[in-house]
Amino acid sequence: MLTTKSLSARGAALSNTFFQLDVLNGKELADINFPPFALKAAEAGFAPLKPSRIEIFQINIGKLCNQVCAHCHVDAGPDKKVENMSRETLEICLDILSRYDIPTVDITGGAPEMNPHFRWFVEECRKLGKTVMDRCNLTIIMANKKYHDLPDWFAAHQVQIVSSLPYFSKTRTDAQRGDGVFEDSIEALRRLNAVGYGKEGTGLLLDLVYNPTGAFLPGDQAGLEREFKTQLKRRFDIEFNRLFAITNMPISRFLEYLLESGNYESYMAELVNAFNPSAVANVMCRNTISVSWDGFMYDCDFNQMLNLPVAMPQATHISQFDYERLSQRNIVVNQHCYGCTAGAGSSCGGEVA
Amino acid sequence: MSKEKIYFEPEDLANFGKVTEWQEPMGKKFFDYYGEVMKEGALTAREKALIALAVSHALQCPYCIDAYTSTCLKTGSDEEQMMEAVHVASAMKAGITLVYSTQMMKHTKKMTM
Repeated sequence: MLTTKSLSARGAALSNTFFQLDVLNGKELADINFPPFALKAAEAGFAPLKPSRIEIFQINIGKLCNQVCAHCHVDAGPDKKVENMSRETLEICLDILSRYDIPTVDITGGAPEMNPHFRWFVEECRKLGKTVMDRCNLTIIMANKKYHDLPDWFAAHQVQIVSSLPYFSKTRTDAQRGDGVFEDSIEALRRLNAVGYGKEGTGLLLDLVYNPTGAFLPGDQAGLEREFKTQLKRRFDIEFNRLFAITNMPISRFLEYLLESGNYESYMAELVNAFNPSAVANVMCRNTISVSWDGFMYDCDFNQMLNLPVAMPQATHISQFDYERLSQRNIVVNQHCYGCTAGAGSSCGGEVA
Repeated sequence: MSKEKIYFEPEDLANFGKVTEWQEPMGKKFFDYYGEVMKEGALTAREKALIALAVSHALQCPYCIDAYTSTCLKTGSDEEQMMEAVHVASAMKAGITLVYSTQMMKHTKKMTM
């Protein structure tokens, strides 16, 4: 049954990230151990795992969200009013972006648009010539009339939109993302199409994210993209550019789902057994820096949600940003990393292998 | 109390590959053929998974039902599509039963005034 509150709002044990890590390492709840991910990565030639080039500055601008999705690794929700990035912290981000050649700013959340400084920050990033991606949950466009103009505003600033749509039908979508989400998502997609997003030749990119709506890995990304394009066009006359198939990570609310449904052991076994050595080279932590709402740096959004900062003691805040040191750091890994290296691999941009 | 006898245990499916232990060339030929048939071709892997799901129900194989339910979900089918595929199998079975009644009708007409 879909929860309507975040883990922390419910006082759930899994809201504690140490507890989550203990579960993943076989010390709590699930009495099963899998080979350490670091060992598998070493066998694949990555001992330790190091960055390539920092190409993406991913900012989790806040955990405040108008949805409470069942698979959310952020534990985002309407109760997260404190965890929202300040203007001061965003100014530090802009300073870093102005000084270094990091081409892409990837803004995620929560619902990024609910941060009061969101639009200002996007405008400033665009002035710096950065490619700006917004991970828009679609329903925010319909949630309140103050967001109704987002499609026009996005288009005016050429923001790349990346939005989750787990299925082209109500049953699967609402099961993961909440009652009424499918209907609002379709209407939001229509409004984005109406201003040119997802249409041939406009340059306005609209990509969709497919997360499996249960304890299974995504199928072939190209096949899923073909099916989504056919069905969304046929049923709703909706178009989009690319589909990213992203594996659900065994952390936060998805971990809760796995444990409560009795699927934890089989899901983790599937991730471990599907370990793909050639996916390791392209994991997103190698070209991404993830920044939390309070300005701390992580190798990826998943490490961020497990409170595993970059391995740079006394220099984990963006006010201490050191491009050279970050380029040479050892990436922090743990058992959840199997999620990014299973099968065709997974990242915020879909398959990696 | 004696242990209840169970014929089908889901975990046995994971041992399917071991059938080659007792007839290796035949087993290998089967799995090579099976793999070739089920991969993407003129039909997509998703379409084939739905066909396999329907056949699993028609022939009532619990292993196949489990396996192809998972495959259908992974390749992007939902509950409505999967149930519809099963109805195709069901309609085929019903139709295949019913069509033989044309023979019954023919024979009845021959035998009766």
